Amino acid sequence: MRNVWTIARRELYAYFSSPIAYVTMAAFLAVMGLLFWLIIVYSQQAIMGYTLGSPWLFFTLILYAAVVTMRLLAEEQRSGTIELVLTAPVRDWELVVGKYLASLALFLALLVLSLYQPLILARLGNPDLGATATGYLGFFLTGAALLAIGTLTSTFTRNQVVAAVLAVAISVALWLVEFVGSRATGTFTGDFLTQLGLFAHYPDFLNGILDTQHVVYYLSLVAASLFLATRVLEARRWR
Amino acid sequence: MMIEAENLTRYYGPTRAVYDLNFHVDKGEIVGFLGPNGAGKTTTMRMLTGFLPASTGTARVAGFDVFYDSLEVRRRVGYMPETVPLYPEMAVRDYLGFMAALRKMPNRAQAVDRALEACGIGDHAGVVIGKLSKGYRQRVGLAQSILHEPEVLILDEPTIGLDPRQVTEVRSLVREIGREHTVILSSHILPEVSQTCNRVLIMNAGEIVAEGTPEELTAQVQGAERVFVRIRDAGPEAVEVLKRVDGVVGVEPGDEGAYQVSCTQGYDRRAELARAVVERGWALLELRSASMSLEDIFLKLTTDEAPEILRSAQNDSRAEGGEDA
Repeated sequence: MRNVWTIARRELYAYFSSPIAYVTMAAFLAVMGLLFWLIIVYSQQAIMGYTLGSPWLFFTLILYAAVVTMRLLAEEQRSGTIELVLTAPVRDWELVVGKYLASLALFLALLVLSLYQPLILARLGNPDLGATATGYLGFFLTGAALLAIGTLTSTFTRNQVVAAVLAVAISVALWLVEFVGSRATGTFTGDFLTQLGLFAHYPDFLNGILDTQHVVYYLSLVAASLFLATRVLEARRWR
Repeated sequence: MMIEAENLTRYYGPTRAVYDLNFHVDKGEIVGFLGPNGAGKTTTMRMLTGFLPASTGTARVAGFDVFYDSLEVRRRVGYMPETVPLYPEMAVRDYLGFMAALRKMPNRAQAVDRALEACGIGDHAGVVIGKLSKGYRQRVGLAQSILHEPEVLILDEPTIGLDPRQVTEVRSLVREIGREHTVILSSHILPEVSQTCNRVLIMNAGEIVAEGTPEELTAQVQGAERVFVRIRDAGPEAVEVLKRVDGVVGVEPGDEGAYQVSCTQGYDRRAELARAVVERGWALLELRSASMSLEDIFLKLTTDEAPEILRSAQNDSRAEGGEDA
């Protein structure tokens, strides 16, 4: 368990010693800030959920998660550094979880930096702080799931671009599957696909509703992705 | 016994990288894997470190199975892969600290200092690895492998890409470490193994083709003592004169008065040959022992007919001598 922390810390160090952390954060905050401004100007309402619930922000989040996670294991495999980590007494899952937690910590920092937006809203009007808080929680959980998917695809290949493209493809597919399901509402398959949708579980958070089933959905996505990522690493070594 | 391999075999898909290796390394030994590129040295080392599984066969390091007790093995092994993969963005000291933390060492700072000192990179501790030269990166790799004072040290081509001075330093460092620890190193450079190792395993095409101390290997392969003679102004009768010397079994004339003389094994006939030449009034320009070096043995063993050579080496050299007679 201590290894998880060691690996996460080194990974954060790597993020900040390259432009990755700064560029991705700046780009994300710029897009989010622009959206926020447009939405206030057009809606004239102090509702954080408009920004957090925007499909544009979803897509930005998908790209952000893919770019931030693409190097996690792909780069280790390309440069061979994974050989030294995995010949030290480190378990495969410790490596995967450590890497993932570093990307999650970076995302959390990003969310904290974006808190200036609800603060502005509180100055301008009277936003529902409860709904803002649950909205942020939902956004964090969605991001957590997307980062886990990125971590998974990063184990598939030693090529970062391939890892990022796969992450975007899987994430977008997981978003669109909801609309596929809605074509057949009422049938088991249709409802199942709708429930599988990445953002189908999100609106309740924006409306200030905290439902465990949604939390469970995102957390199981994280757990399943990280479990698979560990298995992929193991398969590499024990084939 | 520190390392024991039994029928160790590894396939990459249909390609056979290592086949049926059996060897053991005792505590405190320095053993060298010698072989051309692609002989299976790296694959063998990766199996011993638990990074790669064996297709069949087993290996035990410090009494633990590399497959079933991988973590226990990894705690006791220090490993430097051939390419020395390091994180370029980290400073040397930070990197070593990271590896020490992964090994859950209690007194990390001291261990890092000790390893920096031992590898002669103390004055580069604050430098970012990406800015180091190849030789220094190699030393960081080595420092990383000895951090936890492992019982077994596995070094894959530890001196590749170093300048001669650094090579000497690394070799003496390995010998130093080898006094208390068990060391396996691989190389395709002969002087390296013959100078550093107590025992050599010569590998070719995934198999061990010869094993022994450098001296044993030389004796094993070499059939006859060979002497190189160069004479000025000698007539065609020189071959006969040389052959008449006691113990000479064959003489092979070469260019410009050169002769390759084969003698029975174990006899040095240089003095007698010199006397024979001088007695005839010829000018003896050159006379030296032309025994096979480990280099020749290596080349001989790693050509295609390698396994046969060991068995027929003696007959071969006799036959060659005989033909010329």
